[in-house]
Amino acid sequence: MLNTLVNTTATIAGVHFKNPVVMASGTFGFGKEYGKLYDVSMLGGISGKGLTLQAKAGNPGIRVYETPSGLLNSVGLENPGVEAFLDKELPYWETLDTARIVNLGGNTLPDYVLGAELIQRDADQRAQAGRQAVDMIELNISCPNVKEGGIAFGVKTPAAREVVRAVRAATRLPLAVKLSPNAEDIAEMAEMCEAEGADAVSLINTISGMKIDVRRRRSVFNNLYAGLSGPAIKPVALRMVHQVAHRVSIPVIGMGGITSATDIIEFIMAGATVVQVGTYNFMNMRAGSTLVEELHQFMLEENISSLDEIRGIV
Amino acid sequence: MATVISNERLANGVYHLRVEGDYGGTMGQFYMLRAWGAYPLLSRPLSIHQVNDDGVEFLYHVVGEGTEIFAELTPGDPVQLEGPFGNGFPEVEGRIALIGGGIGIAPLYYCARQLPGSDVYLGFSREAFRTEAFRPLAAELTVDVGGLILDSVDFNRYDHIFVCGPQPMLQAAQMKGAAAGVDGRRPNVYLSLENRMACGIGACLVCSVSCVDGQRKACSDGPVFLAEEVVFHA
Ligand SMILES: Cc1cc2nc3c(=O)[nH]c(=O)nc-3n(C[C@H](O)[C@H](O)[C@H](O)COP(=O)(O)OP(=O)(O)OC[C@H]3O[C@@H](n4cnc5c(N)ncnc54)[C@H](O)[C@@H]3O)c2cc1C
Ligand SMILES: Cc1cc2nc3c(=O)[nH]c(=O)nc-3n(C[C@H](O)[C@H](O)[C@H](O)COP(=O)(O)O)c2cc1C
Ligand code: FES
Repeated sequence: MLNTLVNTTATIAGVHFKNPVVMASGTFGFGKEYGKLYDVSMLGGISGKGLTLQAKAGNPGIRVYETPSGLLNSVGLENPGVEAFLDKELPYWETLDTARIVNLGGNTLPDYVLGAELIQRDADQRAQAGRQAVDMIELNISCPNVKEGGIAFGVKTPAAREVVRAVRAATRLPLAVKLSPNAEDIAEMAEMCEAEGADAVSLINTISGMKIDVRRRRSVFNNLYAGLSGPAIKPVALRMVHQVAHRVSIPVIGMGGITSATDIIEFIMAGATVVQVGTYNFMNMRAGSTLVEELHQFMLEENISSLDEIRGIV
Repeated sequence: MATVISNERLANGVYHLRVEGDYGGTMGQFYMLRAWGAYPLLSRPLSIHQVNDDGVEFLYHVVGEGTEIFAELTPGDPVQLEGPFGNGFPEVEGRIALIGGGIGIAPLYYCARQLPGSDVYLGFSREAFRTEAFRPLAAELTVDVGGLILDSVDFNRYDHIFVCGPQPMLQAAQMKGAAAGVDGRRPNVYLSLENRMACGIGACLVCSVSCVDGQRKACSDGPVFLAEEVVFHA
């Protein structure tokens, strides 16, 4: 049993997180696969694979390439589409005791809005039956791996504002907006999200990167560029979380390269309310349970009785 | 954590790794292995070469960073194993051919043990290895070095054909399978794919395989697919 002497809880827009360890979108499926390895209800939360209104096949060719301490991925938002997700995955999500976050992407503005409306309608129907499967929407305007939509919305604040405003109007569910490190001005972007009524901001998504196969004289990726994640991006992510946390009063969900309890503490000290863990799942299949246990251990050792004591301390 | 029993060099860059522990699995399934801490980031998928009472065995080819580290392992060293994963080859009956190309013979040894009396075809580009281990298990053993092993196989003779090898060989086997058939009977051709993997369990979609009915996952829907299901890209 985990020690209950330390308080790891956090709350975002009324959503309870039993600890700050949330699994990042695109690296954890919808939780079912990892649920066979350990009890995923021990996690603070799960952000599901990024969804679009229609199913997407994703990118052809190589989809992953390792770099020193990082990972380039070019999955291209392969996903079953919002409706198939609601039908097939939510019965499982209803059984989980952890914060359940839907990561919503889109190709066009109407796609984002229709997706959000479908999720809201489903939530309303479930609520009538006294059930709940989704606690929060994470709006992804920052995927670097799709040509339309994705990052096209996440670089310039005016374009992003349109999406955030339209989705905010389409759902009453708590709304986090996931920001791109490739944004022109990430702090300005976050302020915009707060002004438009977002309940939180998530950052960072992957950093646009590249790998060239010198013998074949071409990029290893069909799409030319890919998204960099993992320990290599942690310093950048931490700086951005710190920057944004000082500019907005809504909670910040921080992520990028977390592989240890001390990494989590760094993000909390930089101002994050909870964190997300992505690439580390590929380094340690039991990443979630490892981190939750390590975090408790670290807090005991360091005499931290509640994460609130250190949140934003730097 | 598992422990290395032995790590024997069989040929240039080819090793036979035996690992101790309570590890099972069926033919065609694989494990995700790592013998390092944080870097390289990803674990490496290796097919089950054999399972026995004291552990599991692998046959691997040194190609890069990760397998170079595997090649340094000595008895008593720790390795991390997660698995077994994947669907594996189906339990079938009838006339069976097992066709391996290069390191693709790795999973076929376990198949040969599970399906005694199969015909086994092993093809190598330069140097043959581990072929004698197959001999007592096979009804007929055909070994080819430097040629195209598929040329030795009459697809019409079999009900089921298991293939593992480099992608051009899998594509060629798919074509031969489609063209084969006598009296309306066609062999079921099964291909074991080797896509790059990250999670290994069906969560990240980096191993996606284009199939006639849409995208599937090599790690959890495969690595074994019916040949006619797979759509190969250039
Ligand atoms: C289901 C499955 C079973 C496999 N079984 C065997 C086996 O029994 N014996 C064996 O020798 N090899 C097998 N492979 C291939 C083996 O995983 C790669 O050769 C190995 O990962 C290369 O790692 P590396 O670090 O040496 O190469 P690097 O080139 O340094 O690897 C870089 C990245 O590319 C990936 N990668 C490189 N080559 C391959 C490849 N051919 N297939 C898949 N991923 C690759 C690596 O996993 C790693 O993520 C299998 C692959 C899969 C998917
Ligand atoms: C394979 C892969 C797929 C991803 N897919 C998504 C996605 O669908 N939606 C999204 O918002 N972020 C996606 N991401 C980004 C992660 O959620 C996370 O923001 C990023 O990887 C940084 O965290 P990390 O360094 O801990 O991995 C993906 C990342 C990876 C590695
Ligand atoms: S490797 Fe992650 S889905 Fe197959």
